[in-house]
Amino acid sequence: MNTVEDYVARIEETCGEERDFVVILKYDLKNQAIAKILKKAKVKKSISRIVFELTFKNVSFRLYGTGKAIFRNLKDKEELQKVLADLLL
Amino acid sequence: MLDPYKIREDFPILKRKINNHPLIYLDNAATTQKPKQVIEAIKEFYEEHNANVHRAVHTLSQEASELYENAHEEVAKFINADGMEEIIFVRGTTEAINLVAYAWGLRNLKREDEVLVTLMEHHSNIVPWELLSKINGFQVKYVEVNDDGTLNYESFENAISHKTKIVCLLHVSNVTGVITNVKNVAKTAHEYGALVLVDGAQSVPHLPVDVKDLDIDFLAFSGHKMLGPTGIGALYGKREILEEIEPFHGGGEMIRNVTFNTITRRCSISLNDLPWKFEAGTPNICGGVGLTAAIKYLKDIGMDNVKAHEENLTEYTMHRMQELEKVKIYGPKDASIKCGIIPFGVDDLSSHDVALSFDSYGIMIRSGFHCAQPLHEKFKLKSSARASFYIYNTRKEIDWFVEVLKEIEHF
Repeated sequence: MNTVEDYVARIEETCGEERDFVVILKYDLKNQAIAKILKKAKVKKSISRIVFELTFKNVSFRLYGTGKAIFRNLKDKEELQKVLADLLL
Repeated sequence: MLDPYKIREDFPILKRKINNHPLIYLDNAATTQKPKQVIEAIKEFYEEHNANVHRAVHTLSQEASELYENAHEEVAKFINADGMEEIIFVRGTTEAINLVAYAWGLRNLKREDEVLVTLMEHHSNIVPWELLSKINGFQVKYVEVNDDGTLNYESFENAISHKTKIVCLLHVSNVTGVITNVKNVAKTAHEYGALVLVDGAQSVPHLPVDVKDLDIDFLAFSGHKMLGPTGIGALYGKREILEEIEPFHGGGEMIRNVTFNTITRRCSISLNDLPWKFEAGTPNICGGVGLTAAIKYLKDIGMDNVKAHEENLTEYTMHRMQELEKVKIYGPKDASIKCGIIPFGVDDLSSHDVALSFDSYGIMIRSGFHCAQPLHEKFKLKSSARASFYIYNTRKEIDWFVEVLKEIEHF
């Protein structure tokens, strides 16, 4: 069975008052992971597969075609892990 | 005027593509890329000269010692210090400031004393003084910054007094690029008998810096922000002050003798000469060699040319950015009082969204507080995006940067 770590290379907590989380998907599996995320999350807007503005269970985030995503207004890393598990597994 | 297109040929990394776009590196205030001359110098050191320095009689050690000592001499000449005795090699600016705080400050700052810092300092010039004040009990006082990010000299003059023992300030802001008149500050500080420590992390790589002309007591800077390798930087200190200060770290290299007294059963130590008494343990020899190559590269270009190129690029970029409706540049809009750093925001987008969007197009910029949270609080900003330039950046890159910024603001 897959785990979040199978898809995620790094998680960075941003520096700034926002305290967002940047998730960097593993390069080899990024297309697979992006497809999974797009299947579950609601697309609010996008620019030709370069960037998607998404929502999922009241969490808003941006996903980039480069395999990076920025999640906003999450309580902590634990909540992020739960969201990622729901999106990727 | 320098030719950035010719210079780019020396930087192998600039040939890379990132996310299927040519790399545009605009995060130079964080660290700079390395020319092949620096990379080759490091390679040559390890292939031809690697040995530990000092107190060995073999040929390799003598070669390594000469290279390492020469690196101190080159740094001294670069900032017009009086010789290598005034140059202490450290890991970088942060360690240099900590060295002053703990070697000088720990013994010299008393409860009734004051340390002046400015509100635009990098955390590395705030945190050491706040931490030390918890031990020694002195007061850290903050000098105000004007709304445009320039130093409020009136606030400085109001804050300084005979209680002030040291004034710690940056030469160039790593957030706004504003150049501070440290010469004026030093003159006033010395009238009150205070020392002056200048954070030169963003000035030494970008404009001519002459410690004698500025008449400052300490100058801290990092090699990796001026084409050199990471892990090497320098603290300049006036010789007469360094001679009075006790070392920060103890160990090999920094002592002349350690003798054991059989009666007291204690060791007594005699310290090495400057600058070695501050360089305990095996130093970053290769870092010194790389830094020498970086300095030679910059000297060949000429620091006046470096400054002029950045000013030109900054003026052009700010002019182009002002065409954009939702983009706001923070800090002064006059390129002549700045180095090549532009902090900005895009409407209601977070700075990290902006940086990630640029990354999709192969453009590397930084986002966040840039280790200067008090200044962001002063500007009432949650964070900022920052583009910063160096000798290899071109107008063509700026044009692409602005085109991408147009897309970002309209997403």
